[in-house]
Amino acid sequence: MSDKVIYAMYDDDEVLKDGAKKLVSKGVKIAEVFSPFPIHGIDPIIGIKNTRLGIMAFIYGLTGLLLATVGMRFFMVTDWPMNIGGKPNFSYLDNILAFIPITFEFTVLCAAHGMAITYMLRNKTLPGMPAQNPDPRTTDDKFVMEIRLSENANFSESDLQTWLKETGIIELDQKEIN
Amino acid sequence: MHKEAAIREPLILGHKTYHDITEDVCRPIEDKAPKMWYILFGIALIIGLYGVGCILYLLGTGVGVWGLNKTIGWAWDITNFVWWVGIGHAGTLISAVLLLFRQKWRMAINRSAEAMTIFAVFMAGLFPLIHMGRLWLGYWVLPLPNQFGSLWVNFNSPLLWDVFAISTYLSVSLVFWYIGLIPDFATIRDRAKKPISKKMYSILSFGWSGRAKHWNRFELVSLVLAGLATPLVFSVHSIVSFDFATSVIPGWHTTIFPPYFVAGAVFSGFAMVQTLMLVMRKAMGLEAYIHTRHVEYMNIVIMVTGSIVGTAYITELFISWYSGVEYEAYAFFNRATGPYWWAYWAMMTCNVVSPQLMWFRPLRRSLLFTFIISIVVNIGMWFERYVIIVTSLHRDYLPSSWSMHYPSHIDLGVYVGTIGLFFVFFLLFARYFPVLALNEVKTILKSSGESYKNAPDTHGHADSHSTH
Repeated sequence: MSDKVIYAMYDDDEVLKDGAKKLVSKGVKIAEVFSPFPIHGIDPIIGIKNTRLGIMAFIYGLTGLLLATVGMRFFMVTDWPMNIGGKPNFSYLDNILAFIPITFEFTVLCAAHGMAITYMLRNKTLPGMPAQNPDPRTTDDKFVMEIRLSENANFSESDLQTWLKETGIIELDQKEIN
Repeated sequence: MHKEAAIREPLILGHKTYHDITEDVCRPIEDKAPKMWYILFGIALIIGLYGVGCILYLLGTGVGVWGLNKTIGWAWDITNFVWWVGIGHAGTLISAVLLLFRQKWRMAINRSAEAMTIFAVFMAGLFPLIHMGRLWLGYWVLPLPNQFGSLWVNFNSPLLWDVFAISTYLSVSLVFWYIGLIPDFATIRDRAKKPISKKMYSILSFGWSGRAKHWNRFELVSLVLAGLATPLVFSVHSIVSFDFATSVIPGWHTTIFPPYFVAGAVFSGFAMVQTLMLVMRKAMGLEAYIHTRHVEYMNIVIMVTGSIVGTAYITELFISWYSGVEYEAYAFFNRATGPYWWAYWAMMTCNVVSPQLMWFRPLRRSLLFTFIISIVVNIGMWFERYVIIVTSLHRDYLPSSWSMHYPSHIDLGVYVGTIGLFFVFFLLFARYFPVLALNEVKTILKSSGESYKNAPDTHGHADSHSTH
């Protein structure tokens, strides 16, 4: 389905935020904001939910903890109990102190890498992916707001443009996408 | 937006805009490298290659080429390992612990400090690998089911904990560093003019576009990684200290080792950051971002951790007498007055006395003084490990086997070689990577930048914040 997209460019994050607030209060749906650094407080305005990656990190960490425990119990107690200075080698619990460091390290390893991989996949930022920012200046010092006409069927194109022009934009661009 | 008191020194000097920050950081990457860079790179490469040669000779001949003997079976290899791991503690501390404490000054230095960390841990990792003698069997440290019977690696051994700790630390630091680099690579990609560099930075930037949702995830991932890396930093050097502390050798068998090693690691790591940063800010024209205030903050960290180290030395000395264990007492008496007295007193002077000079404000704000002290501290920290390791071993329970350690030229070559390789990596980093965390520095421009900080608030809250 072909769609028209309006790109409004700002040169200040605060101006963009105020503009977004005004537009949203009129009922405009803002599809995306591109910025060179995180704009604090933009997410609730344009309706972006907080990420759940933290929960995933916790689950990955838990997996690591479990794997390390099960693994070391199997290696050191079930499969080949080693006699180290006569310490109890028939029970995991009696010897647990020696296993804490690796359990901790493995938990961190799984949580960190699991989360990082999920982050890359969810963002679709992977080696070889093409850049998708509408203007190369958005990674330098410009901020771009993207509004899709299909998502704002209640408003006319000219209405959107006049409203945008009132918010202190520096450039306005339009594109047809398929 | 955060407001900062006007009397607080700005972190970004001069009248910078977002675009200026991009320009300042990207220019050294896009311009031709200065002649000095080629000279330094050449020197580092030659030294590094000499080190590689020594390592190859060692692998071909055996660890007998080191200056070890029957009494001193562990010397420069482990000394260098602990020294490099210690240096590799500052980067993650700066980026993780200071992120959790919301210290904005870290943003100017975290990127290069993390790079320094990663390269230092590379160098550290070399030593346990080559000391195996048969490098190609290095995978035996992994818990793999093997054809030699169902014997597993020993999970009760601190040496195996080290394998897990160091590899986790290295890989997590690398991921943390790279995730921060992706948006900055995108900045370079979007500015690049030459097709080759455009292509390279496109690949490196993973197609980053700066969408709001991605930034939302980015911030959370950074925070959680910082939360994970913080205990990790402390665990790594604690585990390194267990290599000694869990043994029964007088001089090693001390419960004070974990906190003492961690403080020492941070101490030497910050010293290395100072050494590199003071040169880099000058060479790359980053004086507006890394200035006296940053140096002073780091000097305060050096002073605090140096004092912890000093306290630990003295506590150790006291306990060796107070414990009533004569072997323990002898180990320390021998350190201070035996044949290695010079190493002991070099360590004491460099690590206990020199950081105390940082109590004086003019000294800790002097760049030249800081540079000298940072090198002194790193020499002192190398001697600390040498003292702990060699002096505890060289006179054991049997006086007939007492001995001295004389490093061979291979010992020396491998050590100096790792310093060369470290600088090869660091110089390459400074040439091709954004040495400042662009996206992070931009977020503090308005709250801590000189021109914005003291300017009247033009953003609609003039009435409520007119006196900020």
